[in-house]
Formats: sequence, structure tokens, C-alpha cells
Amino acid sequence: MDLPLLFALVAAGAVALYVIADGFDLGIGILFLIAPRDRDRDLMMQSVAPFWDGNETWLVLGGAMLWAAFPMAYYVLLPAFYLPIMAMLFALILRGISFEFRFQATRLRRVWDFAFAGGSLVAAICQGLILGGFIQGVVVENGRFAGGPFSFLSVLGLLCAAGIVGGYALLGAGWLIWRTEGKTQLFAREVAHSALLLAIGMMAVVSAWTALTEPRVAARWFAWPANLWLDLFPLAAMGVAILLWRSLWDHHDRRPFLLAVVLFLLGYAGLIISIWPDVVPYHASIWQAAADVETLKFALLGIVVVLPLVLAYTAHAYRVFRGKTVLDAHGADAEAYGHAGRRTAALSTDLHLS
Amino acid sequence: MDALVLSRIQFAFTVGFHILWPAFTIGIASFVAFLSFLTWRTGDPVYRALMRFWIRIFALGFGMGVITGIVLGYQIGTNWSGFSRSVSNVLGPFFMYEVLSAFFLEAGFIGIVLFGERRVGPGLHFFACLMVACGTLISAGWILASNSWMQTPAGHVVDADGVFHVTDWASAFFNPSYPYRLIHMVCASYLTGSFVVAGVSAWHLWRGTHVKASRVAFSMAMWASLLLAPLQALLGDAHGRNTLVHQPTKVAAMEGLWDTGRAVPSLIFAWPDMTQERNLYAIEVPIKGFASLYLTHSWTGEVQGLKAVPAADRPYVPFVFFAFRIMVGIALLLIALAFTGAVLRWRGRLFTTRWFQLACVAAMPLGFVAIIAGWTVTETGRQPFVVYGHLRTADAVTVQPAGAVLSSLILFFVVYNLLLLAFFWYGARVAMRGPEPLSDETPNAVRPGLEQAGPALAGGAPAYSRSLAPGE
Repeated sequence: MDLPLLFALVAAGAVALYVIADGFDLGIGILFLIAPRDRDRDLMMQSVAPFWDGNETWLVLGGAMLWAAFPMAYYVLLPAFYLPIMAMLFALILRGISFEFRFQATRLRRVWDFAFAGGSLVAAICQGLILGGFIQGVVVENGRFAGGPFSFLSVLGLLCAAGIVGGYALLGAGWLIWRTEGKTQLFAREVAHSALLLAIGMMAVVSAWTALTEPRVAARWFAWPANLWLDLFPLAAMGVAILLWRSLWDHHDRRPFLLAVVLFLLGYAGLIISIWPDVVPYHASIWQAAADVETLKFALLGIVVVLPLVLAYTAHAYRVFRGKTVLDAHGADAEAYGHAGRRTAALSTDLHLS
Repeated sequence: MDALVLSRIQFAFTVGFHILWPAFTIGIASFVAFLSFLTWRTGDPVYRALMRFWIRIFALGFGMGVITGIVLGYQIGTNWSGFSRSVSNVLGPFFMYEVLSAFFLEAGFIGIVLFGERRVGPGLHFFACLMVACGTLISAGWILASNSWMQTPAGHVVDADGVFHVTDWASAFFNPSYPYRLIHMVCASYLTGSFVVAGVSAWHLWRGTHVKASRVAFSMAMWASLLLAPLQALLGDAHGRNTLVHQPTKVAAMEGLWDTGRAVPSLIFAWPDMTQERNLYAIEVPIKGFASLYLTHSWTGEVQGLKAVPAADRPYVPFVFFAFRIMVGIALLLIALAFTGAVLRWRGRLFTTRWFQLACVAAMPLGFVAIIAGWTVTETGRQPFVVYGHLRTADAVTVQPAGAVLSSLILFFVVYNLLLLAFFWYGARVAMRGPEPLSDETPNAVRPGLEQAGPALAGGAPAYSRSLAPGE
């Protein structure tokens, strides 16, 4: 059995799950301050509060799996993206702890609003910068990273950052359309339009830019006529974007979110096609970067036995909290955080940022 | 300072900060699971009120643990690429298993624990609490296996490039120091948790608020500490003897012992001078061969000194020496408190002795300090190696400009301290507000100076409606 290939597939799946799960989660943070009322913010945060920890765990799994299965990618790429990774971690720290502290806060609640929104935005931007640097490739000498602390910076990274912010905002808006109702849902429907335009526009620009500046990527996509079927991906993305645009005002509340997920997966597939089979682009393939066979076999046991269990109880958690999010005064939610509802009148005025 | 020193400070700071939260949540998660079980089986409102109260405190600590833990998984790659390269085949899967079997377990059920009490039955709520508690323990199981392997590596071969390859997974996982370290750490976490519960309950007893619930919690915590504090001393002794076999240099640094000898003395205080290779201002325990006794269980047992290894292979002795004394000193204090509690209970004065309540409040941070001190002993005592005897810390670090590390280090320092302040602020508020008042008790809002406790808990619904925007 080709273990590195298998692990590459599992790792790709884990990253996809991370991007979708933490995507809507970060997206809600990105939209947080634009939402017109404090009540929207309460609802937005409550709608992801039971899940955020699980969503971020996929990121931790991504890191651990990279180390276990493709150590070279771990010890070359992580130093290469030192500053954006650190910035992302700080951002995730701030937004993550906002969940716990905002529920308890009274006077300083606004601080945690900004920490949550700012953290989410910065985390998304950093992921975009890392993605751009990843596509562009890093400097490797003697099997180690040999660039400087700022060599991750690139125009492509900035474009990716804009695209990721738009895409996450789109996922977040889709989630809100699905899981909330009333004015909050209305806000989500409205903001989803701009998010979709930003996401799809940046997808197009990033694809074009990569094809023009990276000859190795261009060769793969434009190998006429052998790779003609690859044109299906951008065409499908266009089709999904149109469907998504049309779905924003219809009665199927779940549809925008699902279409946004499909859009993300198409973009992600495009990325994998561009760099396949490299895990450190243009330097090491998944087979060159793979760990010992013994190590992969040992880790495989966890993938086969534990991962299905993880998926099962994660699905169960989503099932327990299914349906529209409510801030029910008599529910366990309000009771568990008896303080969440107590706020002075001055603080429940709207934030006029929109 | 170069990137090596800065990376070491950064790792020590971030891991030291992180370890406070698992130490806290391991104990509290099990306590919450126990309370959830009692609530489920008895339906007693006292247990329910206590469970909800401790879930609220747990949530704060759990959040801190999650976010500070993500940092570590990435920092090993960003700052310690030499280490990641060498040991990936051994530790990579351990970390992966920790995420798969522990983090997801916690994450999958924490939502139900925090928000789901009314959505699922009490049985399933208990199951969710139990799964979170298991998650914290499984996590400790994997991470301590990784750490122990770095202390006492086994089941591997090293190739010419310095890369480790596993030959035997069982002996790599169950490496010689693992069982001792695991039990010692888990017991430390439970003991620390017990004194947190004791401290918070004692505070309410001292104030005379939530007396009924606080008596129950205080009693449970004092029973737990009476069992755990002496047990921890025994486990620490076993762990120390294991270290003497596998890492004698670390033990020599703990004891400030320079020359190998028999019937070695125990030092109360000294300044171990690294350059002169001797102790200054030493004060010995006036019992001949006392250190030999507790290290080897023989008055004349031989203990290896620091001079047995070249100076380049010795840790920085003062860190290890003083951290060890802090840990042991706190252990003795906690044992004394646990026994005092037992005596007071025997005399029927456990809930009314006010000085003892204050002592328990003051003892709350001691467990955390002891854990940090214990980690300092074991981690700095392993230096200058990162994988003991095989890989030097200097070869493990990422070669990069010091400025990059310095900037992240400063940010970590600022952000973590702010988070700690925020945690104390909100944690203290939740703790001081106490459990929901029981129906036959006066809500503590009537007590002056406790406005924060507010009427919201007495009647959640009316207070809550105030947050609705006009027109809804």
C-alpha cells in the first residue's frame, strides 16, 4: 500500500475540514463588528460557541499530522512562515478566549468584541499570506529553510489573504443564514453578496496570477489538449458562484452555506492540482518528505480506528445543537452563563460601523 | 541574545504558561464529572448547583488551555526545526494520537457540557462530562509519553544524519521514566484541583455565603487532599529514585551534590557555584546521610555527583536546585494542611474554623507554583540535552534571526500576561458569585459589597429580557 499517498489524502481531507469548519467560525468573527446590533453579535457568537473548539482542533491535527507523516514539510515550512504563523496563533488566542470572556464580561464586553473580530480577521489574513507563500515556494538549502523572516511576503500572498477573508466571510454568512432567523439572518443575506464577490473575484485573480508567474503551475493547467478536463474546475466554480448568488434570497436556508462549501472545495482542488504531488512546493514530493514506513504504519492505526469515531461524535455534537440558534432566557444556555444577559443600557446601543 | 537563548525562553514561557491550565482542568474536569454523576443519580439540587458553578469556572480554564496549547504544536516546528527533523518519526505520531484521541474527545463533548444540559438528559450530560475528563487524562498520557521519551529515550536507533527511527513502539511509549512521570503529574493536577475547590469553598464559608453547597464541596476537597497529598509524596519519592537510575546528573543538581559519595547530606539552602564547582553558604540538614536515605533508601547509599560528568554536560544547577526546594516545600505545606483538615474534621470543627478557611484560600495558588517548579526541575535538569544523552538543545533550534524570535517572545509575554489578568478578573468574579442559590437560602445579593452577584441568578428570566433591543 502506498502509505504516503494515503496520508496525503487524509491530510488533505483534514485541511479541507479545517478550512470549512474554522472558515465559517472565523467568518462570523470577520462579520462580527459589521453586524448592526449587539443582539446579532450575541446570536452570532452563540451559534458557534459549542463548536469553535472542535473546529480549531482540525488545525492542531493538521500540524501534528504534518509532523508525523511529512516531517520535512513540518520543519521546512513552519520556520519559513515563522512570522505569519506566530501572528495567526496570537490572533487565534485572542478570538478563542473571547468566547469564554465575552460571556462573562459586563463593562469590558466591547473589548472582547474587538478581540474576537480582530483576531478572526488577522487569522484569516495570515492564512492567506501563508497560502500565497506556499504556492510561490520557499527557499530550501540542504533540506532546511534558507530564506529570511520576511521572505514569505508576496503579492500573491496579499491576493490570497483578500480571497480567504472574502471566502471565510461568505462561509460565515452562509452559516448565519442557515442557523439564525429574523434580522440577523437578513444582515447575513445582505453581507453575503459582497463576500461572494470578493471571494470569487480573488479566486479568479489568484488563479490567473499563479498561472502567469509560476511556469510550473502554468505548464500543468495549459498542457493543451491533454488537460482539457481541468477547465471543468473554473467552469464549475463559476456555475456554483451563480447558483450561490441566486440562492441568497430563496427559502432554502441551508443552501448558501452548502454552495459556499462546494466553492471552497473547488478552489482547494485547484490548489492541489497546481502543486501535486509536492508537499514542499517545487522541492519535495509527498514521497520524499514522508516519515519512516514504521511510523506511518503506527499512525495509520489511529487514522483507521480513531478518526471515524472522531467524525461520529463530532457529528453527534452538531446534531445536539441543530436548528436555529436561540438566546433562550429559560434555556441552559442562559443559565450556564447567567451573566450573558446582564448588560447596562448604554452597552446595548448599536455599533454604527456598517 | 541569540535565537537559541530566545527560543529557549519563549518555549519555557509558553509551555510553563500552558501547563497551568491542563493542571487545572484535569482536576476540575474529573470533579465536574463526579458532580454530574451525583446529580444524575440523586437529583440533589446541591450537587446540581455545584456542578453548574464548577462548569462555569472550568470553561474559563479550558479555553485558556486550548488556545495556549495550539501554540506549542506549531512552535516545535517554527523554533525547533532541528529537533522536529530528528525526532519526527518517534514523537510525530504521539502528537497525532494526542490530537485524535484526546483533543477531539474534549472538543466533541465540551459543547454538551457547557451548553447542552437542557438539550440532553442528565445521563448523557454525565457521559459528556466523563468524556471531557477522559480527554484531559488521555492528553496527559500522550504528552507525558513524549516528554518522558525525551528524558529517557528507548526503543529507537539513530542514523548517521542524527534522525531517530523507532524499532519498538512499546518500549518507546512505555519508556523507563514514563509511568512515574505520568502518575506524579496526574496526581499533582488532582491535588492542585482539590486545593482550588477547597479554596473557593473556604472563601464562601468564610463569608457565610452559599454555606450548604460550599460545605459539601469543601468536605469533598479535603477528603481528596487527605488522600492525594501523602500519595503525591510517595509518588515523588518513586519518581526521584527512577531519575537517580536514569538521569543521575539531574538528581545531583537537585541535591547540589558535586562529588560522588556515600551517606551524602541533604541541603536546606546553598548557592551552587558552577565555576568553583562547590556550594557556597550551605546549610545542611543535621542528619548524617539524610539525602542518601531518601534517594537510595539506605543511610550509606552512593549518590553520583555533578563532577562525574564533564562541565559541558551539566545543567545550570541553581535552577534545578532551587526549583526542587520550592516544590518539596510546597508539598510539605499541602500535606500539613490536609492533615490539619482531617484533625479539624475529627473534632467536628472543619466548617467553622475561620483561620483554616483563610489558610485554604491562601493555599490555592500553591499547587500551580509547585507544578511549575517541578517542571523546572525535570526540564532544566535534562539540559544541555533536549533528547537526553543524544541531541543537544543547541543543535535542535531553528537557525533564524534573533529579531524574529524576540518580537514573538515580547508579544507572548504581553498577551499571556493580559490573558492571565483577564482570567483572574473573570474567574474571581465567577468564583465569588458562587453557585446558584438553593431555594431555601437567601441569595447573596442581599449581602453588602457583593453587587456583582446580582439578582440575575435569583431570577434569570427577567434580568435576561433586558438585553433585548427595543421593538423586539
